[in-house]
Amino acid sequence: MIDVEQLRKEFPILSTEVNGHQLTYFDNGATNQKPKVVIDALEEYYKEYNSNVHRGAHTLADKATGAFEETRTLLQKFINAAKSEEIIFTSGTTEGINLVAQTYGRANLSQGDEILVSTMEHHSNIVPWQLIAAEKGATVRPIPISDKGEIIFEEFEKMLSDKVKVVAVVHASNALGTVNPVEKIIEKAHAFGAKVLIDGAQSAAHLPIDVQKLDCDFFVTSAHKMFGPTGMGFLYGKENILNDMPPYMGGGEMIKEVSFDGTSFNTLPYKFEAGTPNIADTIAFGKAIEFINKWGKEEMAAHEAALLKYATEKLKKEVPTAKIIGEAENKVCVLSFIIENIHNYDVGMMLDARGIAVRTGHHCTQPLMARYGLEGTIRASFSAYNTFEEVDRFIEGLVRIVKMFG
Amino acid sequence: MTVATKNIEEVQNEIIDDFDLLDGDRESTIFYIMELGQELPKLDEQYMIDENLIKGCQSKVWLTTDFQEGRIIYSADSNTDITKGLISLLIRVLNNRTPQEIINADLFFFEKIGMNGVIGSQRSNGFASMIKQMKFYALAYSAKS
Ligand SMILES: Cc1ncc(COP(=O)(O)O)c(C=O)c1O
Repeated sequence: MIDVEQLRKEFPILSTEVNGHQLTYFDNGATNQKPKVVIDALEEYYKEYNSNVHRGAHTLADKATGAFEETRTLLQKFINAAKSEEIIFTSGTTEGINLVAQTYGRANLSQGDEILVSTMEHHSNIVPWQLIAAEKGATVRPIPISDKGEIIFEEFEKMLSDKVKVVAVVHASNALGTVNPVEKIIEKAHAFGAKVLIDGAQSAAHLPIDVQKLDCDFFVTSAHKMFGPTGMGFLYGKENILNDMPPYMGGGEMIKEVSFDGTSFNTLPYKFEAGTPNIADTIAFGKAIEFINKWGKEEMAAHEAALLKYATEKLKKEVPTAKIIGEAENKVCVLSFIIENIHNYDVGMMLDARGIAVRTGHHCTQPLMARYGLEGTIRASFSAYNTFEEVDRFIEGLVRIVKMFG
Repeated sequence: MTVATKNIEEVQNEIIDDFDLLDGDRESTIFYIMELGQELPKLDEQYMIDENLIKGCQSKVWLTTDFQEGRIIYSADSNTDITKGLISLLIRVLNNRTPQEIINADLFFFEKIGMNGVIGSQRSNGFASMIKQMKFYALAYSAKS
């Protein structure tokens, strides 16, 4: 087990007060807090070696390029990609999905084709597909889920056909916590020749990821949910598929040669990295990966799982008017629930008065909320730096609210 | 029908005094507002329709009016108790007054009780939308009367 007190010391924000109370941060699904090594990396870059990458032939440019590319190598190992060229830096999960939809989708979809997504997708894994589908005359179809919040696998299998060109599913749901059986999904989809994109926003920091073993065609995630900076992330794609895809944006490093007769494009990964990239945040992202490696993803996940179990049992016992939404067998550390007769916004605001930060609302999964006939839920999502005492404080807060208003 | 005996300024000062008792404690303030929300009579289901929804509120707020003897009677409901509490405060200040009084009302209590900081910017914007809608009704009635 990790030493949580020791781990907490790496996060300056965790010792701050909010509304006169010690901060209890349970909104890690939205974004998690940053360790000092990540924050320092940003400052160091701008103070000590700010320089553009891949162009300048001077010392600073060399140093910046080295640190920047180091992150790519770290990420390659982190998800076990075959080559570092298969790692494309993006601004996050959303950009990664849009990139695939706008390039792979535009080149390969046509009238009557289908894109399968699940009912529990984040809007980021629905809307980009709707946009390209509308342009190409394709349709986006939702895979149904059970009341417990699991994909109904037999239904998914029935939906597969030669018309399905893309299956885009979330690895772990941000609103329910459900971990989807992506390995099985990928295998079935491939049998019909469909390409599979995995939205790893909620999984990359918590679950083991081996893209070669999974055999997914695309994997996308965001740095800010992995102790890294915001507006940063990456897209993994299989080399041969990325090579065949047309470029996304034009300009900068993605070019090999430009003339007014035509332009030839750079090789991977630069073909998809137009313009000056987000250098500082890429470097800081590398520090976040090192941080996870240092503490151990598995060890952190074990602590998170213990927190989830503890919080779930305590909630059921002490807040009987709470109803948990998402009771899948296999979950990441997300506890989503509603409380009878009290609106989720009101609960969120009352917890905030005690310095407890949770997320309330639809979590950018409106179709999922519609599936459950809900406007939204209260979501506590844990990270490795959270403690059992914090869970106690949270449940105490809820008990108090219910006593006053339930 | 009872006519409000205190003027708009006096009622606002009364609210400010009530909140003063809470000593700026955030939790007590929110609990108090929720309590006010729960005390506000429920709106009849038939009025809880999209046309009566106030635009610009994060939560749902339905507002309807009645015009009796030259004065406006407001009724409202919301799907959240905090929002309902907020609109109940506005009703306390503006109910049973002439359109002209409402149009000219300078509503200062919200800022004085420091509500912006307590409920956050999104709900504060929602509160501004409630005031706008209440004044809008007053304008409509003043044009008719
Ligand atoms: C499952 C899932 N997909 C996609 C996203 C979007 O990530 P980003 O906003 O970093 O692009 C999120 C973020 O909440 C998410 O949880």
